[in-house]
Amino acid sequence: MRRLALAPALALAFAVPAMAQGLPEPLTAAPGDPARGRALVLDQQRSLCTLCHAGLVPQVPFPGDLGPDLTGVGDRLTLPELRLRLVDSRAVNPDTIMPPFHSLDGLSRVGARWQGATILSAQEVENVAAFLATLKGGSE
Amino acid sequence: MILRAALLAGGLATAAAAEDRRTGYEMMSPELRAMQDDEMSNPGMLWVAEGAALWEAPEGPAGRSCAGCHGEAAQSMAGVAARYPAWDEASGAPVDLSGRIALCRTRHQGAEALEHESRPLLALAAYVARQSDGRPIAPDPDPRLDPWRETGRVLFTARMGQLNLACANCHDDHAGGRLGAAPIPEAHPTGYPQYRLQWEEMGGLHRRFGNCLTGIRAKPFAAGSPDYVALELYLMSRAAGLPLEAPAVRP
Ligand code: HEC
Ligand code: HEC
Repeated sequence: MRRLALAPALALAFAVPAMAQGLPEPLTAAPGDPARGRALVLDQQRSLCTLCHAGLVPQVPFPGDLGPDLTGVGDRLTLPELRLRLVDSRAVNPDTIMPPFHSLDGLSRVGARWQGATILSAQEVENVAAFLATLKGGSE
Repeated sequence: MILRAALLAGGLATAAAAEDRRTGYEMMSPELRAMQDDEMSNPGMLWVAEGAALWEAPEGPAGRSCAGCHGEAAQSMAGVAARYPAWDEASGAPVDLSGRIALCRTRHQGAEALEHESRPLLALAAYVARQSDGRPIAPDPDPRLDPWRETGRVLFTARMGQLNLACANCHDDHAGGRLGAAPIPEAHPTGYPQYRLQWEEMGGLHRRFGNCLTGIRAKPFAAGSPDYVALELYLMSRAAGLPLEAPAVRP
């Protein structure tokens, strides 16, 4: 159902060649809460971000290095661009290894425990995006 | 003669390529390598000793032991683990080493079946593998295995699970990188069954596959399933020429 609600927004985004525009419409009525987004990023097992990215939260001593360092990402990307990358990074790079955090498109052999659910809820995506937007200048 | 020459040439080619590949052993700390190398401190040797006892133990109505048919394992089993999985004529499908041992139990000893990943089967597999310690992996050239190796390659490169990742994304494209604090190995099946500190016991390659699949939130296959045997066949061909470690230790 969530996917259906999202479809028009994605279709619109795909229709625009300059994909960098991202998803301008928030996924939820409640605005993203950066503090909650930060707490979620700190929870490596739930959000997974620090498995691949450095530059998010200094409290995680050994972040992985499969994705780019996100120091200052709020200077480089707008909120709509951040939102799109979280919802489904395949919209930007079809071969990306960044998991689709809020899309079920094209998944296969999903384990029973995770069947039919996205990695993050719409509100969680909004919260994480809001946190990323605060990452400006040097490290936190 | 021609076949032998071809095999020899193939062997040389893979031996050269072996230098560009890194095993899980080479990625470990000096402490863990020392633990594996020293028979007295390698916890896997406990399973090897258990396997040695089971090798001699009479089983089934005829009271036949593995040794009763195969004699000294040091001779008859040398190189076997480096060659498996192999074709099983009776079932017309490949079997892995544990599968072969389980079949010997039921077909030749008439004993009750041993489950994949059960302690006695791991012990016997560890003992048989020990007879190939240090030997280069030399996959069975039987062409009937080729379609299975291809199935394994397809599986290795297929996106799976809620995280939508393929084995190859991590083990081909990002080997040597870090997933969080964990260094990503090239996934060479050089040391199975192995004593994994995280498991606190011996476990087989198919258990490892299950760990990685659960990690990407995908549904694991069953240990001993045709899909895992296919994956194992592919990984063994990818690891040809690398030295077998028996028993291996991993973090
Ligand atoms: C399995 C690896 C992986 C995980 C987990 C992951 N990412 Fe990524 N991410 C990447 C890669 C690789 C890229 C580079 C672009 C691409 O290939 O799509 C990327 C790109 C990004 C970008 C764009 C950076 C830029 O400068 O263009 C942002 C923002 C981002 N990730 C945020 C996150 C957040 C937040 C999370 C967790 C909620 C997360 N990522 C989880 C691998 C990952
Ligand atoms: C998101 C990254 C990732 C994916 C995808 C992944 N693995 Fe792994 N794999 C790892 C890591 C990290 C290790 C090292 C052990 C650990 O930390 O759990 C590992 C270990 C292994 C090993 C052990 C190597 C050794 O030296 O003993 C094998 C074999 C393996 N993986 C096979 C696979 C197969 C087959 C798949 C797909 C079904 C797969 N992996 C998918 C990250 C991954």
